[in-house]
Amino acid sequence: MTDRVTPQAQPQAAHATIEAVWRLESARIIASLARLVRDVALAEDLAQDALVAALQEWPKAGIPSNPGGWLMLAAKHRAIDRLRRNDVLDDKLAQLGHQLRDQQLAAIAGGLAEFDAVIDNDGLSDDLLRLIFVACHPVLPADASVALTLRLLGGLTTTEIARAFLVAEPTIAQRIVRAKRTLADKQVPFEVPPPGERDDRLAAVLRVVYLIFNEGYSATAGEDWMRPALCYEALRLGRILAELAPAEPEVHGLVALMELHASRTRARTGPTGEPIPLLEQNRGRWDQLLIRRGYVALLRAERIGRPPGPYVLQAAIAACHAQARTAEQTDWERIARLYELLGQLTPTPVVELNRAVAVAMAFGPATGLEIVDKLGGEPSLRDYHLLPSVRGDLLAKLGRSGEAQAEFQRAAALARNARERALLLDRADACLA
Amino acid sequence: MRFLMTLNGGGRTPDEELYAEMERLVEKLSRAGVLLATGGLGRKGTHVKASGGKVTLTDGPYAETKETIVSFALIEVRSKEEAIELARQFWQLVGDGEGDIRQVFGPAP
Repeated sequence: MTDRVTPQAQPQAAHATIEAVWRLESARIIASLARLVRDVALAEDLAQDALVAALQEWPKAGIPSNPGGWLMLAAKHRAIDRLRRNDVLDDKLAQLGHQLRDQQLAAIAGGLAEFDAVIDNDGLSDDLLRLIFVACHPVLPADASVALTLRLLGGLTTTEIARAFLVAEPTIAQRIVRAKRTLADKQVPFEVPPPGERDDRLAAVLRVVYLIFNEGYSATAGEDWMRPALCYEALRLGRILAELAPAEPEVHGLVALMELHASRTRARTGPTGEPIPLLEQNRGRWDQLLIRRGYVALLRAERIGRPPGPYVLQAAIAACHAQARTAEQTDWERIARLYELLGQLTPTPVVELNRAVAVAMAFGPATGLEIVDKLGGEPSLRDYHLLPSVRGDLLAKLGRSGEAQAEFQRAAALARNARERALLLDRADACLA
Repeated sequence: MRFLMTLNGGGRTPDEELYAEMERLVEKLSRAGVLLATGGLGRKGTHVKASGGKVTLTDGPYAETKETIVSFALIEVRSKEEAIELARQFWQLVGDGEGDIRQVFGPAP
């Protein structure tokens, strides 16, 4: 195949292509190199070197016919050079098993062919999985894992991550540097965790992915245009993870949850950017393709036949909403039951508050209010605007307008999002009407 | 961003080898987390034509020509360049033939 981009004519097009190739291929390249050099930071440096070489060569020589392969090859050459210079081996030999050391030595002696024998395609999935587990290792604080995951697995630049999180670029850069240093200091091995640790470590990975998703999903303000991109990154990571760890029901549960939530994106905000509550959304604007994908993921989780975990339960709740053609058709009894199960696994006041809403919808506002009133003394909900907001809603339904108005005003005072605050004040005013 | 990649008829005659390669590529795209939906289109179908509200239906089958779509893949990526890069990988595999890459908008905002 001939080169698509002529050299001088379109250097910007070349850059855009390089960026795209990098985003698609970098995780695989970094993961492959990390297996050999046993050091995620070094692997990323070597991959970055290959990227720099591409940025220098492609605009002049044209885009190679297999850009991903070109990058991988360039990175591999750099890895072998580095291994031959021995500066990696000196540091790392002590930590390595014999088999791996032999592989490294073979790569040094035999060059690319031997390297390829080590890094075969079947091993690639394992390498990617290892990379995710390392990036989300519990020695790292959550915000560091989020940044590192987006960078190593998502192929995002520091600038893009900073923009997505509305944080200054040096902050993110520092976070990533510090995260890499922590991984090195704590000698975190490049491996899939042993069976005894696997569940906890997987939960840590899923938490990071869901954190990324929610960072994108909870933003409703118009100026936050980059944030749907975060939802997409999380979904993509989840979809990748589902193929890497297909036997883990919670992975499919999280994917299902994100697909189902993402299906409502277009219906969640009104023309002026105001949030639209779930029950008032135009369900015709829900994305049926994502809903279907959510069902499929949930089914995959259920077919594994293990007791449902927190993500599977939350996805099942989201599926109840997706199945109802109108808000009135929602199966609230089932949702209340699912929240009860969720509360047994993760007994938090927020889950209990959600259960109260479902119970109120299924069995009447008075029954729901009983549950809400038990949450009044909960310290973690003291500044949580949804507690008075829910209480106000139930009181209004019971005709206790004065109390309802006071609750909505309290909720408005606690709400941090301006759009939500406006909505709550409107509801307070409506109580008097 | 969603893109629809379509493959037209009249290209390389599909054989076992091509099907196997396609399957590998579909798996690769799934593993990469970018493939939303894919499928092949039946040769029998119904052509619809409306004129001033009058609907005319004509039954297929269609010849597999360069103008007829025979299969599609709906992908979700971050940029047009990513879509093109994935399409390039696909077409290198197919070897001969033609098709299109078009951005998909909606469901209607």
